[in-house]
Amino acid sequence: MSGNVRLLDDTLAAAKAEGRAALIAYLPAGFPTVDGGIEAVKAALDGGADIVEVGLPHSDPVLDGPVIQTADDIALRGGVKIADVLRTVREAHAATGKPVLVMTYWNPIDRYGVERFTAELAEAGGAGCILPDLPVQESALWREHAEKHGLATVFVVAPSSKDGRLAEITAAGSGFVYAASLMGVTGTRETVSSQAEDLVRRTRATTDLPVCVGLGVSNPRQAAEVAAFADGVIVGSAFVKRMLDAPDHAAAVEGVRALAGELAKGVRGTA
Amino acid sequence: MPSQFFLPDPEGQVPSPEGYFGAYGGKFIPEALVAAVDEVAVEYDKAKSDPEFARELDDLLVHYTGRPSALTEVPRFAAHAGGARVFLKREDLNHTGSHKINNVLGQALLTRRMGKTRVIAETGAGQHGVATATACALFGLDCTIYMGEVDTRRQALNVARMRMLGAEVVAVKSGSRTLKDAINEAFRDWVANVDHTHYLFGTVAGPHPFPAMVRDFHRVIGVEARRQVLEQAGRLPDAAIACVGGGSNAIGLFHAFIPDASVRLIGCEPAGHGIETGEHAATLSAGEPGILHGSRSYVLQDDEGQITEPYSISAGLDYPGIGPEHSYLKDSGRGEYRAVTDAAAMEALRLLSRTEGIIPAIESAHALAGALEVGRELGEDGLIVVNLSGRGDKDMDTAARYFGLYDTDAEVAENASGSAEIEGDAK
Repeated sequence: MSGNVRLLDDTLAAAKAEGRAALIAYLPAGFPTVDGGIEAVKAALDGGADIVEVGLPHSDPVLDGPVIQTADDIALRGGVKIADVLRTVREAHAATGKPVLVMTYWNPIDRYGVERFTAELAEAGGAGCILPDLPVQESALWREHAEKHGLATVFVVAPSSKDGRLAEITAAGSGFVYAASLMGVTGTRETVSSQAEDLVRRTRATTDLPVCVGLGVSNPRQAAEVAAFADGVIVGSAFVKRMLDAPDHAAAVEGVRALAGELAKGVRGTA
Repeated sequence: MPSQFFLPDPEGQVPSPEGYFGAYGGKFIPEALVAAVDEVAVEYDKAKSDPEFARELDDLLVHYTGRPSALTEVPRFAAHAGGARVFLKREDLNHTGSHKINNVLGQALLTRRMGKTRVIAETGAGQHGVATATACALFGLDCTIYMGEVDTRRQALNVARMRMLGAEVVAVKSGSRTLKDAINEAFRDWVANVDHTHYLFGTVAGPHPFPAMVRDFHRVIGVEARRQVLEQAGRLPDAAIACVGGGSNAIGLFHAFIPDASVRLIGCEPAGHGIETGEHAATLSAGEPGILHGSRSYVLQDDEGQITEPYSISAGLDYPGIGPEHSYLKDSGRGEYRAVTDAAAMEALRLLSRTEGIIPAIESAHALAGALEVGRELGEDGLIVVNLSGRGDKDMDTAARYFGLYDTDAEVAENASGSAEIEGDAK
């Protein structure tokens, strides 16, 4: 069975046709439990996210700030496995028909086996993968299998990426390009860095792929601001924080749904 | 004049241009760090061929560190090692008390060449942190040291030393609260502050060029030891032995001996309470290849690629990874790696103290325990060089508790509250 890279492409194209940016939500699998996490992912999609990234919790999340570290910890202590991540992808996609990607550090995939993981992610209906610590130079084996199984390979670019390197990265990527809005780890911030717009402009000069901006976006005002110059707005820590702050699981899921709704208005400029 | 003490790897033994030692190494880093890591590689390449860099580093290594370090024969200790002759390479006599200063001074010079004003570093036992804080004081650089909370307690003396030297010490409370987590936190800092900050990595792991560069700065250990043992014993040793956590002092000792096929290169890993108990940090003995902190190497991990929590009585060896060149030496058979328990290391620590008047660091005591074993295997014709990578002052609280050296329980309790106060960060 082939993965849903086409669905991802079509979803981003449809948002563009509507004259707006896509809303991409991130939530870790297994947080607070596997089933609870699946409910939260579905709520994000039902509430207005166009695409979701399911995080594969890792023992050593060096690119994540305290909020996602806390969620990863809870998920790992609950015993989350790669099979649970794949079940989250499967159920979220089956329930909503929307594209679902996995975001993961490289070692779990390296250990699990590239061939096995890509085959199983495609089979679960996944659309692709974001691999923030796998540089393009080390990615040949992954890309070969991802392509074979119809999965997008989303690379991250950073404000520090030089133009020549941007071209190398975007030439190897598919689905979209993940532009990190600032130099730093995940987490909510008060303002969107001015570096983001410049990075999107420089990235677009190298590729026709949609360029989506993540890191630090947490509210509809920021989403609208980013939507004005990017093809997609990626929000992660703000969703996780809503869940961590909620008094119980039902409120956490409703909080995710509500935030997705608010952000969906933000990317449409109707907040 | 050619450099006497900065002795980068001669042609032919460098990693591939991509930073691979066989199947191990590489550069698995987030895009945000690619430019900075590339800058380090370029700047180091330039420095390597710049006589001014070699002159400055040589000057520091002689007049500040005190190189060359002595090679000391220890016959009363060796009597317990099957009668083999044992020589210690005295990196404990370097300024700041361990081998770490060799690498730190090199990278501090590099930091200045790159025009960066702030240095961050991880530390386990605190020896790399102290050396880094020392160099930052000397060069007038801002300094932040990340240290696992568990280690700030067991190495409280070194926390105080770093603060005395003007460094900020951050107690890391995530994960296992040891060296691995300190490195995670240092990476997070680096990603956010990379424009003016150099990550002065303390071991031969991490992304390329760190494994090769840090090795080059420590290569002097083995070059000196090789020359000294030839002078003092008239022949090459049968074995060169060192402890391995990340592997920097071991690669420093081993490297000059790699072409000498008759010299066995033996690394001693921390077996903690015993490998069979699961409470250990014996990465090469019990790990599998994987990716941690920027390179491919042996890693302690579960079936799904989650890093497992290591354990060792020694804060400096309590790490679930290992430098990629050691993985390469292991697979090629050129290096031998054995595991030494807490108990064996502590016995060796006491034995060297009582037979030779030298108190080693608990890290180095793992190598001494290995030497006792290897000496008995070799018999009285054997000749061994051990890297005494650090001195034991910092470990006196741990050792005093282990051997019951405090006079009363009351004093132990008082001392415990004294070290607890150091936990919090005094910014």
